[in-house]
Amino acid sequence: MEQLLNVTGGLSLLLLTLVLVSVRRAHIRVEYSFSWLIAAGALLALSRNGAFLQRIARLLGIQDAPVALLLIAASVFLLMFFRFSVIISHLRDDNIALAQRLAILEYHIHSAGNDGH
Amino acid sequence: MIRAAGADSLLVIVPAFNEEAAVGEVVRSIQQFVPGVPVLVIDDGSGDGTVANARLAGAEVLLLPHHLGLGGCVQAGYKLAFELGFQYVIRVDGDGQHDARDIPRIFEKLKTSGCEMVIGSRFLTNNGSRTGAVRALGIHFFRLVLRPILGKAVHDPTSGFVGVNRSALEVFGKSFPLEYPEIEALVVLQRRRFRFEEVPCKMRPRTTGRSSITALKSLYYIAHVLLGVFVNVLKYERRWHRRGGGPARPGG
Repeated sequence: MEQLLNVTGGLSLLLLTLVLVSVRRAHIRVEYSFSWLIAAGALLALSRNGAFLQRIARLLGIQDAPVALLLIAASVFLLMFFRFSVIISHLRDDNIALAQRLAILEYHIHSAGNDGH
Repeated sequence: MIRAAGADSLLVIVPAFNEEAAVGEVVRSIQQFVPGVPVLVIDDGSGDGTVANARLAGAEVLLLPHHLGLGGCVQAGYKLAFELGFQYVIRVDGDGQHDARDIPRIFEKLKTSGCEMVIGSRFLTNNGSRTGAVRALGIHFFRLVLRPILGKAVHDPTSGFVGVNRSALEVFGKSFPLEYPEIEALVVLQRRRFRFEEVPCKMRPRTTGRSSITALKSLYYIAHVLLGVFVNVLKYERRWHRRGGGPARPGG
């Protein structure tokens, strides 16, 4: 169990570092880094606090704390994937509406230019 | 520039993506059978000579900045037609499958019936139109699915040969399915209690290019359209309940 918690802690640290570096280089916007940082921080805290993890495992009715940790990690990432699906859907809708508006405006401008000559 | 003229102004829109071999002939045949009616080709980011050939044939072209897919492409045409004040729009596909001789029949039905949408149907009469076995099975399946939702039979729910009036233009400008739009569009209209009619039309087999729905995509197509129909039915039910049991009114 200790080894699994160490690996999880290491991966959480890696994720935290990766997200912070990405934000600094402007590869991820701050508002979208927030949920990653929270998730990585929560996983790090859980992997470093065995007693707390045991309590959560008991609350969930799971005997093995590492299984509880995996379940929590999977749930967190599923929620984040869902959140990003919502964001991507909005972006796609906005992108299509903008592309259509751009095409229509260009058409009007082109037509006005032709009518002026 | 194309302009809406008169109370029965009609615009023919032709969504096209890499249809350089067919689009010129499509435009010319429209001009032949409905002379004087403006033709707008909506180019969905083609990488070939579609735009040049459409212009050469005498069509106006709406250039999308990148590929949006059929629904986004058609919706752009609907939005422009609505802004320009057109009362009716008929969509003819850019691959040459739709026979421009049927446009006057669709237009006449739109004007005389007062319904919001007229579908050019291959299956109202035995007019020699042919479709593959898998596609025919899919069409039959969707007929069965749509019958209780629409409250009446629709013979050719996947037909893209469609005419709409200004009320439908306004609705579709705000809400139009982006992928495989034909079937979902019917349910979008049903949510507004709009009506549709079908007129018999002949469709030719595709002579150039390839259909966007390949065999591999068929399953995805069915699942996608079913989900879209289901979601639209849910939206309709929610509106129905919110209004205290009464169905939504047109434009609502």
